[in-house]
Amino acid sequence: MRSSLSSKASRVAGLAILSFVVIFPLYTIVISSIKPLGDVRGTFEWIPSHVTFRPYVEIWKTIPLAHYFVNSLFISVAATVLSVAVAIFAAYSISRYRFRGRGTFSTTVLATQMFPGILFLLPLFVIFVNIEKSIGIQLYGSYTGLIITYLTFSLPFSIWMLVGYFEAIPRDLEEAALIDGATPVGALFRILIPISLPGIAAVAIFAFITAWGEVLFASVLTTDKTMTLAIGLRNYASQSNVFWNQLMAASIVVSLPVVLAFLALQRYIVSGLTAGGVKS
Amino acid sequence: MSVAEKNAVAPALEGVRRRRSSRWMGRRRLPYLLILPAVLFELLIHVIPLLAGIGISFLGLSQFFIRNWTAAPVVGLDNYKVALDFGSPIGHGLLHSFAITAGFTALVIGVSWAGGLAAALLVNSEFRGRNWFRTLFLIPYALPVYVAVIAWSFMFDRDNGAINRLLVDDLHVVSHRPFWLLGTNAFWSIVMTTVWRLWPFAFLMTLAGLQNIPKEVYEAADLDGAGRMRQLRYITLPMLAPVTGVLIIVMFLWTFNEFNTPYVLFGKAPPSSADLLSLHIYVNSFIDLNFGLGSAMSVLLLIFLMLSTLIYLRVFKVGGGSRA
Repeated sequence: MRSSLSSKASRVAGLAILSFVVIFPLYTIVISSIKPLGDVRGTFEWIPSHVTFRPYVEIWKTIPLAHYFVNSLFISVAATVLSVAVAIFAAYSISRYRFRGRGTFSTTVLATQMFPGILFLLPLFVIFVNIEKSIGIQLYGSYTGLIITYLTFSLPFSIWMLVGYFEAIPRDLEEAALIDGATPVGALFRILIPISLPGIAAVAIFAFITAWGEVLFASVLTTDKTMTLAIGLRNYASQSNVFWNQLMAASIVVSLPVVLAFLALQRYIVSGLTAGGVKS
Repeated sequence: MSVAEKNAVAPALEGVRRRRSSRWMGRRRLPYLLILPAVLFELLIHVIPLLAGIGISFLGLSQFFIRNWTAAPVVGLDNYKVALDFGSPIGHGLLHSFAITAGFTALVIGVSWAGGLAAALLVNSEFRGRNWFRTLFLIPYALPVYVAVIAWSFMFDRDNGAINRLLVDDLHVVSHRPFWLLGTNAFWSIVMTTVWRLWPFAFLMTLAGLQNIPKEVYEAADLDGAGRMRQLRYITLPMLAPVTGVLIIVMFLWTFNEFNTPYVLFGKAPPSSADLLSLHIYVNSFIDLNFGLGSAMSVLLLIFLMLSTLIYLRVFKVGGGSRA
């Protein structure tokens, strides 16, 4: 592609503006996390008066960050693993079989994306409480309740992306396995899943991000015992006397795992979006 | 495998399949078994609560029946009448919140789409370091929502925030120190915060779409002497249309239902200019403990979203001919 001087200049200008918009808040988070408390109590300065890593140590004592962290980690990992497993089976069914109700199922799953969360939050709460009353399974305020809720949230997107992946894989491979005596599910595990691993990883990170960052349902369905990072940090941030340097340090601690995983898998996420319905 | 081989193999394969499956589990049942877990979870978390929510919208489920749901009286369409009586404070509040949300959604989608398209075009051309920019632009999307919003609320602080430091103290574009989270400024703050979080998604989708446009198309256009703007107008945008169609409707649904950003930014008492619908309904249901009315408002929101989506899909023929 030819690139004239003017197009080069506009590219540099465009990239500079976009980069500034992205970097400004990121810089604020990072720089504030290594400032002493006195610095963040006064007017914002671009450079700390001196660099300190104490906020990263102290935040664990200021709020029960470890407790929130373990809760979020357990809930998000479980929701991700289950969501990916459920989505793999469903996507396999949709991409490889023609059956009655296939269209209805796909449409309904996608349509759930449209539901305002606020509409089913309250009934879900009531249903959870009633399930506990009648059959004794505790869902409100338990890990299980949030795990099944979050796994359902990422399900539509996961199924949608995996169907795209599976449809891009030629059937000859599975058919050969079937001739060799594999069951359809055996072919799924031996052929399709290994080939689609990058796509599955991309789907998994999406599911994890969904669970890790969710606020609305966690605000109603958790108790002190099961409180997640989202609610714990929000509650702390809304207090009147906030140690902002420590809160920013906590923000980095809780973001780093997801951001790094997302960036490591970005190539597969882009190609996953391409394989999924995007090309339609 | 060649076509001939395939044809030779096919009957044998069919036989194998039939034998296997009858032994294993009815072949006709297998696809249903595979989707069963997904169906059960969708029923429990989405479908049944949705139906229950519609049911609750016909009940006078207020704070007086909070401990005994079943005793709540059936009030028919009363909740809907209250919600839609725009002369009363409640109806007026809902209408105002709807208008705010509509403006918010239009702005967020427009800016996110334009930013995403610009970034995707810039990053899609060949130059050194393009992968670094791609990575950088994706960070806001990978960040947990509450982290991004908490950081912005820190930056919006009037006296000690980074925004006023930049605009007032360093660039002198604003003379007095504005309160960013009060009055009408709150609206712009929430738009800014949401766009910052959302535009990388538009970037990601558009980039994926751009990479599907064959290079030969541009080479042919180059030979014909079409300039960059004409290529954008007559090749890139039309070929991106399917992606853009999906992108816009997804962003529309997300943004119109946006709860996290106003909730983390303002808590349970948002300023009037940033009173988005989801939070408005949340406050009506969980703070004022009027669940029947809150459910009726949610159902109205759902009806609006469904109608808009149907009209959109009909008018722009998005997803036509794709699987589903």
